[in-house]
Amino acid sequence: MSTPIQVKTMSQMIAAGETPEILFWVGCAGSFDDRAKKITKAIVKILNHCNVKFAVLGTEESCTGDPAKRAGNEFLFQMQAMMNIQVLNGYDVKKIVTGCPHCFNTLKNEYPELGGNYEVIHHTQLLEQLFKEGKIQIKGGGEFKGKKITFHDPCYLGRANDVYEAPREVLQKLDAELVEMKRCKTKGLCCGAGGAQMFKEAEKGDKEINVERTEDALETKSHVIATGCPFCNTMMTDGVKHFNKENDVKVMDIAEMIAQAADL
Amino acid sequence: MGISNILFALILIGAGILFTINIRKVISNIRLGREIDRSDKKSDRWKTMIRVALGQSKMATRPFAAILHLIVYAGFILINIEMLEIVIDGIVGTHRVFAEPLGSFYTFIINFFEILAVLVALACLVFLVRRNFKAVKRFQSTDLKGFAFKDANFILITEVLLMSALLIMNAADPTQSFIISENLKPLLSTDLHTLHIIEQSAWWFHIVGVLFFLNYLPYSKHLHIIWAFPNTFFSNLNPKGKFNNMESVTREVKLMMDPTADPFAAQPAVEGAPQRFGAKDVTDLTWINIMNAYTCTECGRCTSSCPANITGKKLSPRKIMMDVRDRVEELGDAKRKNGADFHDGKFLVGDYITDEEIWACTSCNACVQECPVNIDPLAIIIDLRRYLVMEESKLPVELAGMATNIENNQAPWQFSPADRLNWANEA
Repeated sequence: MSTPIQVKTMSQMIAAGETPEILFWVGCAGSFDDRAKKITKAIVKILNHCNVKFAVLGTEESCTGDPAKRAGNEFLFQMQAMMNIQVLNGYDVKKIVTGCPHCFNTLKNEYPELGGNYEVIHHTQLLEQLFKEGKIQIKGGGEFKGKKITFHDPCYLGRANDVYEAPREVLQKLDAELVEMKRCKTKGLCCGAGGAQMFKEAEKGDKEINVERTEDALETKSHVIATGCPFCNTMMTDGVKHFNKENDVKVMDIAEMIAQAADL
Repeated sequence: MGISNILFALILIGAGILFTINIRKVISNIRLGREIDRSDKKSDRWKTMIRVALGQSKMATRPFAAILHLIVYAGFILINIEMLEIVIDGIVGTHRVFAEPLGSFYTFIINFFEILAVLVALACLVFLVRRNFKAVKRFQSTDLKGFAFKDANFILITEVLLMSALLIMNAADPTQSFIISENLKPLLSTDLHTLHIIEQSAWWFHIVGVLFFLNYLPYSKHLHIIWAFPNTFFSNLNPKGKFNNMESVTREVKLMMDPTADPFAAQPAVEGAPQRFGAKDVTDLTWINIMNAYTCTECGRCTSSCPANITGKKLSPRKIMMDVRDRVEELGDAKRKNGADFHDGKFLVGDYITDEEIWACTSCNACVQECPVNIDPLAIIIDLRRYLVMEESKLPVELAGMATNIENNQAPWQFSPADRLNWANEA
């Protein structure tokens, strides 16, 4: 059922004299990582289906600087931030949706002090809104109907920005059985990727964090571990492989689940 | 007024002076930190303090400990009302000065205090069991080796003794009969003179114990009963994911990115000594970070929820807070002895906290979320990282590679920036 996705860049839109309602900030993982690119495409399919007039920055997009800042490199962070702010302000961007909680947090909280003021939402918040407006529907729950799903809270969406309900509201639309892990919401355990850990080996310990977290998820006996972050997705996928459960348990982004259930 | 009243007054004044000196020491240590402005959003700050410190809202996530703590907290505040009478009696030489004017209400109130006292003592006994019989993992950690572990036990045992003294004092008073202590009367002597000695001993033990406890506070983790209030008032009200912006870096980056900037222009004078990027020692931290350390009661909820610690890494947010306090006390004492410019050649980074701990953090904010008094260990960890990276270039090699990739390729991985939109054309 897949129709080719329609993506316009900001420069194409401006050249055609159009203004997008919202800028889709894809992020580095969403642009380059093979697994995360699937999430990006799922988000675009949903945006296309709902006729949301959006644009991406394409090659004008650059790392937000999140991993640099968390790793203590404030210089590099601010260089990235100011470059991005010049581009965003140059296009007079007002509203941004991100496919990654780290980009979301940085754009929303750390750009204003450097001159970048935008309304920033995470893609699960946009999905919640699209459902509310009736722009997207899932007939009969789709293929996840009755299945057990557990949601892993990304730290930078949950604790960092107090967004706990939007992803769960969206998952409710799948008519599935949503089960919580013993550590969830404010008490959710990190997947192990935050704070620039994604890009380095962990310090010496007796366990990998993603293995500890995957145990929580597997305990729920869910069919799907839902995520809202490309890094959590990688960590949980690796965790499931660690337990050789990749044939029984899927790790999927909420956007992918919605796109699949709505048969987009 | 007899000799005992004069003695009492002297002890009271002495304890007051000693306490003032010690608290001023703590305040001067807190002032070793850098300035940070938290004078905004006053009404939100009052609300946070009332909710989190007075209302103990964040304790509720662990209900069993919350109930026990609430009993001790309520007992501490309410039973201390009786201190007013004890102090007046002690100075003036009266005996239960409020008993007559208040009449049956007095009996009611002391009955209430007695019930509370028993509950407080019981709660403390449960706390002692939790700590000493390996019932709770976070109390068995290596963080608490030595003084920290004894400190906790000492406080709990003192509380039990003080509550017992209060009950014995009431039981030994032949003029009074209260709900709990009347049951103890048969256990005591019937001889009035002996009773009087018991009553007086218990009275003195209690009041001297309380004054001693007051002066033990500044050395103890128990200091949270005071600092919890300013600490929550001045706590970070921004979203937890927002890390502070370093103004000093912003100035330089702006200059670097401004094509019209004159590289030979005289730099605007910067007030005071040039500051480090990030924190190498406690003097590079903010006074809020240091106040956080004095507020920490070492409960270990942070560490028990830290993903790095749970999986056996060395990082423990509680230890970070304890290290900051130990270091600021050491440096503060040395400066008071040798002058404000003195430095002992030791540093927070290296001598107290290792690189390994600093790099194990995932910045997940679990420790910040868990803290019942709004301490922010993450803010300190990030400032320590900033120092390692921007002053020493000491960082894991993969992170150095990541930074190079961001600089050259606009992404943390080595992909060509020209390929950023390729996904749109892939099936």
